[in-house]
Amino acid sequence: MVPMARAHPPVSPRDGTAPSALFPPGTVLRVMGLETEYGITAPGHPRVNPMLTSSQIVTTYARHCYGDQRTRWDYEVESPLRDARNVDAATADSPRQPDGRVDATAVGDTDPGLANVLLPNGARLYVDHAHPEYATPEVTTPREALIWDHAGDLIVTDAARLVAATPGLLPLQLYKNNTDGKGASYGTHENYLLARGTPFADIVTHLTGFLITRQVFTGAGRVGLGQDGRRPGFQISQRADFFETEVGLETTLRRPIINTRDEPHADAERYRRLHVIIGDATLGQIATLLKVGTTSLMLSMIEAGWLRDPLIPAQPVRALHEVSHDPVLRQLIALRDGRQLTALELQEHYCTAALAFIEHHQGPQESAWDPDTREVIDLWRAVLGGLAHDISGEASRIDWVAKQALLEGYRGRDGLSWDHPTLALVDLQWADLRADRGLALLLAQRGARARCVSDDEIARAVTEPPATTRAWFRGMCLARFPESIAAASWDSLIFDLPGEPSLQRVATLEPLRGTRAHVAGLFEGSATAAQLLAALRR
Amino acid sequence: MAGQTGRRITPSVPAAPAAAAPAVTTDTAAIDDLLAEIDAVLEENAEEFVKGFIQKGGQ
Repeated sequence: MVPMARAHPPVSPRDGTAPSALFPPGTVLRVMGLETEYGITAPGHPRVNPMLTSSQIVTTYARHCYGDQRTRWDYEVESPLRDARNVDAATADSPRQPDGRVDATAVGDTDPGLANVLLPNGARLYVDHAHPEYATPEVTTPREALIWDHAGDLIVTDAARLVAATPGLLPLQLYKNNTDGKGASYGTHENYLLARGTPFADIVTHLTGFLITRQVFTGAGRVGLGQDGRRPGFQISQRADFFETEVGLETTLRRPIINTRDEPHADAERYRRLHVIIGDATLGQIATLLKVGTTSLMLSMIEAGWLRDPLIPAQPVRALHEVSHDPVLRQLIALRDGRQLTALELQEHYCTAALAFIEHHQGPQESAWDPDTREVIDLWRAVLGGLAHDISGEASRIDWVAKQALLEGYRGRDGLSWDHPTLALVDLQWADLRADRGLALLLAQRGARARCVSDDEIARAVTEPPATTRAWFRGMCLARFPESIAAASWDSLIFDLPGEPSLQRVATLEPLRGTRAHVAGLFEGSATAAQLLAALRR
Repeated sequence: MAGQTGRRITPSVPAAPAAAAPAVTTDTAAIDDLLAEIDAVLEENAEEFVKGFIQKGGQ
C-alpha cells in the first residue's frame, strides 16, 4: 500500500471526494473484480440443453461446498430485501414465517437456469444465459484479480470432475474462451469501482482508444475473421468482431466498446461501477494481470484529470476490428485530430503518461513505489517494448502470440490453410480447462508461459477469500456458519439464527469494511453465528 | 499526452520485467516435439468436434 500522506492529492473539486475511489491516485489499487462466462459442451451430445448442463456445474459444486440441503447453498439473491421473507431494512429483522421454514429466495428448485451460489472464497458461481459464470470476489490489486480469476478456472474444473463422477449425468467440458466460432459470443467482464464524481464523458474520451488498443497484450487470439469466423485468417482478439457500437447499455446485442451499466453494489452516492465488457478471457497470468492493472491505472489517471491530450479514434468500432485483424501490429488508426498512430503507439502514449503519473504521486524513485503498481508498469513497458522489437518473442507473456506460434507450427508442419478444421480445433482446445487436454495449460506445464503467481496461491484462493475487502467477511461467514445464512448478496448477508424470531441482516455496503484486518478478531472469538452477530453489534 | 511533469519517458525501452519471460523456442526439433505432444491430446475428429461445439450467445 502507498502511504496516504505522501501520495494523496488535493480533494477533487468535482464532488468533494478524493479523485480515486478509496485508494490514492498514482496506483493500480482499486476495488475490482472479474466475471467469466465459460463455454460448455457435452461431447457427443450437441443437443443437450446448455442451461441444464450449466446448472449441473453450479449445483454440483454448491453441494460439494455446503452439502445437500438446498437452503444451505442457495444463498445468492439479487434483491435480498425483496426476496428474503420481508426483511425490514430499517430494523434488520422481520417475523419468521408461520412454518418456521427458511426460504431464502423465490427461485424454484426446478428452474435450472437460475442456479446460483456464493462460495466460501467470496465469489459467485451461477448460470447466466446458457453458460456457467464465475464472478471473483471483490479484490484490490491486479495480482489478487489474477489469483481469484484463475481460481475460478480450478473451481469449474473441479465442478466438471464432480459432475462426471455423478451417476446419470453426462460428462461436461468447459472452455475459457469467448466464441464458438459460429457467431455466438459470451463474455468476460471486468468491474472497476470509481469515484461517483468521475465524469462519464471523460471515461468515454480517454478509455475508448485504450480499450481498442490494449488487445495487443490482452487478446487471446482467434482463428477466423468476422462474427461467424467464416473468413479464413487469424486475429488478435476473441471478442473484437462482436462489438458494433461505441457507447451503450447492452451486453448481448450491439455490444458497445464502453458499457454504461452502473450498479455499484455499494453506496451509489459515493461510487460508480465501470463494467468493461470488451476483454478476452485469458489463461495466461501476465495477460490477466496486465488487463486489469493497466485499465485500473488508466481509470486512476481519468479520475485525477491527468490525461490532457485525448487520443480519440475517428471510427472506434472500425479501428477495434482493424487492430484485431492485424497481428503484425502495423495498422494505422486515424484519430479525430488527423493523427495516424498504430495500436502500439497509442499504448506507448498511455504507458508514458502513466509513468509520469506514478512519478508525480509516488516520487522519482521507482524502488519506493508500491510493488503492485511497479509490477504492472514494468510489465506494461516490457511487453510494449517486446512487441515493438519482435512480436514472436512475447509468446511467453501474451496469449494471442503463444496461440499463433502453435497454429503456425501446425501450418508449417502439415501445410494447413487457415480454414483447416485442425486449426479451428487448436484454437478451441487452447481454452479447454482440463489440465491434460487444454493446450494453454499444457504449454504452462512445459514452462513455456511466464508467470507471476504460484500454483499454491491460486489453489488457496479456491477456498479462501481475499483479505483486503468485504469478501473476507462474506467468505468467512459462508465457510464457518453456512447453516446460519439464509441469503447473501454482494452487499448483505442475512442470518437465520436458531431460536431467533426474525432474520438478521448485516449490510456490507462499504467494500473495504469487513476485511481480515477489521474482523478477524471477531471470528476468533465467535464459536457460533449468534456470537459473531453479538460481537458485531458491540 | 505527457502528464503534468511534461517529461517524456520512452516506454519502448523495456524496464526489467517483473516476471521473467522464458526463452521462446525457435528450433525446429523443439517445435516438432511440442506438436507431437499436442497431436496426442487433440480431440480425435477435428472437423466433427469443431462442428459440434455450438454455444448459445451470452453477454
